Amino acid sequence: GKFVNDLSICRASPIQLISSNIEVAKPGKVPGGKTEIPFEFPLQAKGNKMLYETYHGVFVNIQYTLRCDMRRPLLAKDLSKTCEFMLHCQPQKSKVQPTPVDFTITPETLQNVKERTSLPKFVIRGHLDATNCVITQPLTGELVVESSEVAIKSIELQLVRVETCGCAEGYARDATEIQNIQIAEGDVCHGLPIPIYMVFPRLFTCPTLETTNFKVEFEVNVVIVLHDDHLITENFPLKLCRV
Amino acid sequence: MASVQWHARVRKYGAELQRCRLDAVPVDLGDYHPLKPITVTDSRSRRGGRKGSTSSSSSSSSSVAPDPLSSMLEGTDPLSLFAAASASETPTLSHSSSSVELGRKRRENEEEVGADFEPWSAKRGEILARFTTTEKLSINLFMGSDKNKASSPSSAVSEKVRTRLEELDDLEEGSQRELLNLSQQDYVNRIEELNQSLKEAWSSDQKVKALKIVIQCSKLLSDTSVIQFYPSKFVLITDILDTFGRLVYERIWSMCSDPRPIPDSFSVEDVNDTAKETCLNWFFKIASIRELIPRLYVEAAILKCNRFLNKTGIQETLPRLTAMIRGIGDPLVAVYARAYLCRVGMEVAPHLKDSLNKNFFDLLASFRQIHGDTVQNQLVIQRVEIPVYLTLYSPAIHWILQCVAYRAPDVLLTEMMERCKKLGNNALLLNSVMWAFRPEFVAARATDFIGMIKDCDEAGFPKHLLFGSLGRSLACADPPESERLPILNEAWKVITKVRSPQDYINCAEIWVEFTCRHFTKREVNTVLADIIKHMTPDRAFEDAYPQLQSVMKKILTYFHNFSVLFSMEKFLPFLDMFQKDSVRVEVCKSIMEVFIKHQQEPTRDPVILNALLHVCKTMHDSVNALTVEDEKRSLALLINGFIRMVSFGRDFEQQLSFCVEARATFCNLEPVIIQLIHTVNQLAMETRRVMGGSHSRKTAAFVRACAAYSFITIPSLTSIFSRLHLYLLSGQVALANQCLSQADAFLKAAVSVLPEVPRTISVEGKQRSSEAFLLDFINSFLSTLLVVPDHPEQGVLYLVRGLLNMVQDYTWEDNSDAKVRVYISALPLLAAMSQESYLYTIPKVDSNETLYGGDPKFVAEISRLCETLIGQVLDHLKTLGREEGVRRQGSLAFSLFSTLLAHGDLRNNKLNQLAVNLWNLSHKNGHCDTRTSVRTLEHIKQQAQQPELSHLSDMLLRLSLQSRA
Repeated sequence: GKFVNDLSICRASPIQLISSNIEVAKPGKVPGGKTEIPFEFPLQAKGNKMLYETYHGVFVNIQYTLRCDMRRPLLAKDLSKTCEFMLHCQPQKSKVQPTPVDFTITPETLQNVKERTSLPKFVIRGHLDATNCVITQPLTGELVVESSEVAIKSIELQLVRVETCGCAEGYARDATEIQNIQIAEGDVCHGLPIPIYMVFPRLFTCPTLETTNFKVEFEVNVVIVLHDDHLITENFPLKLCRV
Repeated sequence: MASVQWHARVRKYGAELQRCRLDAVPVDLGDYHPLKPITVTDSRSRRGGRKGSTSSSSSSSSSVAPDPLSSMLEGTDPLSLFAAASASETPTLSHSSSSVELGRKRRENEEEVGADFEPWSAKRGEILARFTTTEKLSINLFMGSDKNKASSPSSAVSEKVRTRLEELDDLEEGSQRELLNLSQQDYVNRIEELNQSLKEAWSSDQKVKALKIVIQCSKLLSDTSVIQFYPSKFVLITDILDTFGRLVYERIWSMCSDPRPIPDSFSVEDVNDTAKETCLNWFFKIASIRELIPRLYVEAAILKCNRFLNKTGIQETLPRLTAMIRGIGDPLVAVYARAYLCRVGMEVAPHLKDSLNKNFFDLLASFRQIHGDTVQNQLVIQRVEIPVYLTLYSPAIHWILQCVAYRAPDVLLTEMMERCKKLGNNALLLNSVMWAFRPEFVAARATDFIGMIKDCDEAGFPKHLLFGSLGRSLACADPPESERLPILNEAWKVITKVRSPQDYINCAEIWVEFTCRHFTKREVNTVLADIIKHMTPDRAFEDAYPQLQSVMKKILTYFHNFSVLFSMEKFLPFLDMFQKDSVRVEVCKSIMEVFIKHQQEPTRDPVILNALLHVCKTMHDSVNALTVEDEKRSLALLINGFIRMVSFGRDFEQQLSFCVEARATFCNLEPVIIQLIHTVNQLAMETRRVMGGSHSRKTAAFVRACAAYSFITIPSLTSIFSRLHLYLLSGQVALANQCLSQADAFLKAAVSVLPEVPRTISVEGKQRSSEAFLLDFINSFLSTLLVVPDHPEQGVLYLVRGLLNMVQDYTWEDNSDAKVRVYISALPLLAAMSQESYLYTIPKVDSNETLYGGDPKFVAEISRLCETLIGQVLDHLKTLGREEGVRRQGSLAFSLFSTLLAHGDLRNNKLNQLAVNLWNLSHKNGHCDTRTSVRTLEHIKQQAQQPELSHLSDMLLRLSLQSRA
């Protein structure tokens, strides 16, 4: 069997992180019927490289494959089969500091506003219980609409993944929305805390990753849509980890 | 055959009776006797107390006869048996003791929902029937992938108004369906289609499609256009969610069932990894649903599946979902989401009361939303009035409160009530509190509630509904005695001001129960007067028959004394409001049913009689050509019940005139006429009894009047046998009352009717031959003729001859022996008539016995008649000689033989010879019953031992059994 790993960045040539090769069966005849051959090998990175979790992104793709070759006598073709396997990091032993964050959103706290005077008045407070998140635990918090001149249409949580990678031309950055969860619909009751709750989607998230060549990061946007279609967004960077 | 000579045997009835009598044996009281009460000693042990303390009590009871039902179940009925089993702590069999212990503890803690909790299924229909619309509805389904929409949050809420053109474009994609202009029924059908396609998708393993359907359906719940239909929409869509929840649960459950099914009370350890992974996948999928409302509903739908993952799943999820509802801005949508969550919670984990309470408190916290601008604007656009809008909340709030209040301590209820009080515009909540809390709780605070209702805003929730809810509680639980009258006064003060007759009657109907329960006819009369006042203008009663009927039903439940009932001034005017014929008859029937059930003593109270005569006349007058037989029968039964309960005591004339009046009133119902004739006959016999058998001039005239009544009434009956029997019966009564010419007339009438008897009559809807009935009647008639004296102006045995002539001329069925059988039956009568002293006579009536005093001419006349009859019988026997007739011939010959044996004087040789011939004839073809023959021979042997019948022993020698040739 052969063990290969690809890491492709910016459509650049893949970087091999790991490669090992073991023989699972000595030459000889395979008896008729079903034959199972057990095997195992340690996962050891090449040279000074590190192993990362399996990840399929837009720019960044971390993939581990297992190939099994079966050599056969002269006249018969060799057989070969490849399959992907998933790699999860060893949970980090250290305790994660949750680092909660409180926020207040008013017209005054906003950036990127063209005409601040045309904005309706509103006060929205809230907090996230953690910005250092455990990937298997939901993102939680609360949000209170204390006042709002214009009725609220919808409040949503937008989970964004940001991939950055360096290559010959400099570096590329791509932000993708990977999940959008509505937590309020319609003109919600003022003063009543609304729960913030989002489960991290299994296929599209991985622990935050930062290497010399590339980065995979996550952010959450609290998006408030007003009835007059004003869109208010507050951004919170997240750090995901596995414990 | 030469003509026979008839000689009747001389009978000494007294001596014969003496001989036949059994020896009297003194009865020991301790002995068994079939009619003596049986003492049943019945000892059983009862399981009592919910805590399971087993107390055993033996009881013995004596009853007249053992009740077959209870004896089958050994004294305990199956329902209480189940209840006892679930309440008791009897350990179940084999299971390892520890798990049983555990399960039992959990069960006790949970206080599982009992039968006293009205289930959702009971509410469904009511909601669907109540919240309807004539406006057009729409269903908007996006069956495509969710992703392309997720990328543009600003278009999160789909635009409700789409032009037709856009819709067509979208249809091209095939992913979206928008159905516009649906009528309510179309809508219901579409939803049912979706339910079906959900099941189909599931069974064809398209789980993703199934989930999509459910998501799309629950999305419809965020749409509040055509708001008055929302509660019904909720019902329809949550049905689908229930289906989905059940499918998912069963699927995962079945995954754990390999190799053997897991118990219902399984724990997480029993669940295998594949099942867990599948379950987790469902939850991850649902957690990623973009929109709030579908995410909430779908997760709630599969709440029960948390049991597969961990012990605490449900109790962690419920509070989270409860809090999540705060994100729903529309208060109506939110309250129904809460109702659904409470419903699922009660089903899955009824012990988790906190979430139920939290839902209620959150509801209170966001209560002001209902009066907010967003809602108000929406109502203006949809042109819905505030009171109508508020009532849309009732089913959901009722349900939430019902869950909260279920087995909740009074302290909690009081706290809830106090919290409601503090809120402004709380009529809506107040209404649900009264509806959902224990009636006892409400009744004890009824005066408080009235105060609160009074404080409510006039423009908000309709007050009559508030009083309606209070009335409902008070109908089944009693407020303190001193407060009852003030409560009634306060309530009625408001009810009487309700303008819309429909609203008024809905509320008044409820309060009638309270009024009847605690007050006298005076108060009920006042209430009826008020109802009449409100319901009469514009014939408002026409739209309120069900409610008015319910009022009547309640009054009849509480007032069984009909003199009290009818002395209510407004009762009959109230009855007059039922003007639609079918309803009117229904109501009259219900009155009569109660009367028949509860009236113990016969009555002559003119108030009752007038009223009930009126009621019965209404029922009678409803009969027409189209009335079915069953209906007629049941009406007649009720009227007869009334007639039987009328008694004027010794005032017989009054009774007769009542019957005269009743006959005129009920002329279309034959069974009633028959009853009246019986009543009058009974009256005549009662008069006879009172007079000790000797009538005075006055009573004689009276009984003749009775006879006249019957005589002119009977011909109006269409049923021929009723007529025959009544003629006979009335004839007997007339005879008993020494009205000879009347008796004669009755019997003559009966004879003259005979030819009209058809050959077939309808018995219970089937055509049957009338022959058997006719023979029965003739035999009965013959036995009466013994005591009827001959009419002085008519010939000897005028009636007997008349009857026999009719029998001869009657067109009997072909191949029937009936005529000959009548002839044979006439012989015993004639034999009895020729005795010196008759078998029975009627006191004070001279029968032929005295009239002729055994005159030889009379006896000769009888003999001649007998000889003719026997001749006829013998002629007939001859015609039966052929193949097919021999069986009948044998049977008839044996009959005649028996008659000769019993009634003829067999010392006469010819008669003796005839008897022997008949015996032989009956045995000739071997069709006779050997056992009967043997017993007959035995009998003859016994008879022959008497000195005057010793000649029979000679004859016996000539009768042989072996005549089978």
